[in-house]
Amino acid sequence: MKIESAERLKRLRKECMAELDSLPRKILVCLGPGCLASGSEKILNEFRRVISEKKIEGITVESVKKTGCHGFCAQGPLVVIEPAGLFYTHVQVKNVAEIVDKKISGGEVISKLLYSAPDNGHKIENYHEIPFYSRQTRISLRNVGKIDPENIRDYIAVGGYQALAKVLTGMKPQQVIDEVAKSGIRGRGGAGFPTGRKWETCRKVESDIRYVICNGDEGDPGAFMDRCIMEGDPHSALEGMIICAYAVGSASGYIYVREEYPLAVVNLQKAIQAAREYGLLGNNILGSDFDFDIKISRGGGALVCGESSALMKSVAGDVGEPRAKYVRSVVKGLHDRPTVLNNVETFATIPVIINNGAAAFAAIGAKKSSGAKAFSLAGKVRNTGLVEVPMGITLREIIFDIGGGIPNGRKFKAVQTGGPSGGCLPEAKLDLPVDFDSLTDAGSMMGSGGMIIMDDRTCMVDVAKYFLNFLVSESCGKCVPCREGLYQLHALCKKITEGKGQEGDLELMERLSRNIKIGSLCGLGQSGPNPFMSTLRYFREEYEAHIRDKKCPAGVCKSLITYEITDACTGCLACIRVCPVAAITGEKKKKHLIDQAICDRCGSCYAICQFDAILIK
Amino acid sequence: MPHDLTKLSSIFDRNPKEPGSLITVLQDIQREFRYLPCEALIETSKTLGVPLSKVFSVSTFYNAFSLTPRGEKIVRICQGTACHIKGANLVQEQIENALSIKAGETTPDMKFTIEIVNCVGACAMAPVIAVNNEYHGNIRCEQVKKYLDGKQ
Repeated sequence: MKIESAERLKRLRKECMAELDSLPRKILVCLGPGCLASGSEKILNEFRRVISEKKIEGITVESVKKTGCHGFCAQGPLVVIEPAGLFYTHVQVKNVAEIVDKKISGGEVISKLLYSAPDNGHKIENYHEIPFYSRQTRISLRNVGKIDPENIRDYIAVGGYQALAKVLTGMKPQQVIDEVAKSGIRGRGGAGFPTGRKWETCRKVESDIRYVICNGDEGDPGAFMDRCIMEGDPHSALEGMIICAYAVGSASGYIYVREEYPLAVVNLQKAIQAAREYGLLGNNILGSDFDFDIKISRGGGALVCGESSALMKSVAGDVGEPRAKYVRSVVKGLHDRPTVLNNVETFATIPVIINNGAAAFAAIGAKKSSGAKAFSLAGKVRNTGLVEVPMGITLREIIFDIGGGIPNGRKFKAVQTGGPSGGCLPEAKLDLPVDFDSLTDAGSMMGSGGMIIMDDRTCMVDVAKYFLNFLVSESCGKCVPCREGLYQLHALCKKITEGKGQEGDLELMERLSRNIKIGSLCGLGQSGPNPFMSTLRYFREEYEAHIRDKKCPAGVCKSLITYEITDACTGCLACIRVCPVAAITGEKKKKHLIDQAICDRCGSCYAICQFDAILIK
Repeated sequence: MPHDLTKLSSIFDRNPKEPGSLITVLQDIQREFRYLPCEALIETSKTLGVPLSKVFSVSTFYNAFSLTPRGEKIVRICQGTACHIKGANLVQEQIENALSIKAGETTPDMKFTIEIVNCVGACAMAPVIAVNNEYHGNIRCEQVKKYLDGKQ
């Protein structure tokens, strides 16, 4: 069914809304990556089974919808019952029948599945009232977790493709670019380049062919915003791409997706297919004379392919090595043609800018960083999950007010932003506003939006070693300072964590870092030493403790620690049961003992002990 | 190891026979055979008109490709940042010990391969492992064995 005009799209939206309204209750089961890892697919199937068996009036299998990531992964698997907004957490397969019996056929709420506030245990029914959600401003994530990503009619019902209709019926390409420029939006992929200016440049280059590419490579470990958009609301990214193609004058686009995200590939394929059937991709989009189509290009799992020139080589079927960018890829990109490359979140935001106007978007956020930004909160934080907040909010607000602070009574130590190119910021920087420029000034960067929280049991030298090891394997090998320099930097870092560090090592590493920065072509090498530099800048004493005292204050580096059982041991046998190498001996109600010769310092006993009887020395 | 190379022709048929299809074709071959057999690379080179040296260069550049046969079950250990600080190394050691192989290797009976992935994007549930694309979150060291024999 091809939609032949903007008018017809409006009518279709009404039809789609009526379809949804005809369902008196909707059961939304989150199939985001977090809930999936907690087994939510089984819950979805169980709902379908129970509902088709029970035959409740007005409730059909269509009432059960699978959605993308609802955000609050720590509480998963999540089930939301609309229109009430009832929010059930930690749902298990055995709860499904009860939910159907009570809430869906009757009206009774199951209290034990509700979210309880950590400070007073108060149960909250509606998720809008939970601080984790109420403090967010969702723009790019506006539909994720609320609609069925596989159903284009769900997207149309919530206003999908209306921005495209607006652009095609009433705006000239230059007007679209001006609107995007006025909104002040900067690229959400990491570097923060003004999107409007990028589009303007691309449009101005003389060429008969131009390309639009959506970067869904998301290679930064610890970031999963783009994954959630591609899986949970793929049409919003497609709509942004189509609008961009109209603005810059392109007929052909690509979405570059990581091989590690198989579900994203499937959902994007379905979305592209549906958009073609509805006449939103292909020739004469919405009855206009504008043609555009999108192909999916699957990445091969290489971090460097997130870099523009490397990505374009990979799309062309080549080894993803960056080139020197005397001429930028927006001028000479894919197949040497002018190419706009934006990331998923940027494209997903574009329809909102067009619908609500540039001024409304610019009013949100900070002065030079307008709008909202999605972050994935992970690591040692209570409310792990996916959030979107207005720029300019402080790190403290994100980590403590939304994120709920550090679990298990531990102390905040650092927050890592910007992935392997970013850095670690200490407690003293918690009141820093989160915007592109402030984070860069502090020695980290916005990056694509991964935010990893670390507590006092995280060793910063080990974190630096981790990132360096990652970068060594991801360096494409073209530039010697990156390929060999990062290797040496990692070797020195490793030496320090093994207790073999010497005086002078840190100075050598600093010098090496400066040389890697100036001697590398692309962002991977130029920012490669950042994880080391920023941890050294804020946690130098921890490096010195490793080198001088041969101690790991956080108790992480295996060569420098031993586990011992103190007199607090009650003899509960828990640690004996979990020890994978059988290094612990003892009897019930008697103090246990660790055999240091066998112990491989895995920390299982430390994690399981409820009496703080395991000491790390 | 003999391979049913007739499957190759259907892979070549669904992709345009041009150098630009190289990565997609290799991905399809990898999916079919669970690795890239040498004979398949030679055929790819001939069919797409790409020098064998370049086919090899692309095959070794991307993490997704393997030039050695892999097991029936691929145990992927996420080593993303969140997983790392939540003890992915310890999980890795336990899995390596349980299967008596190192990461990147395959058990002699061809049942299991251990792979390290940089991030599977399920950071909120760190540490995460995936056994043949089935994800398991909040893994604790003492639990790993139950995910390895298929009994849950």
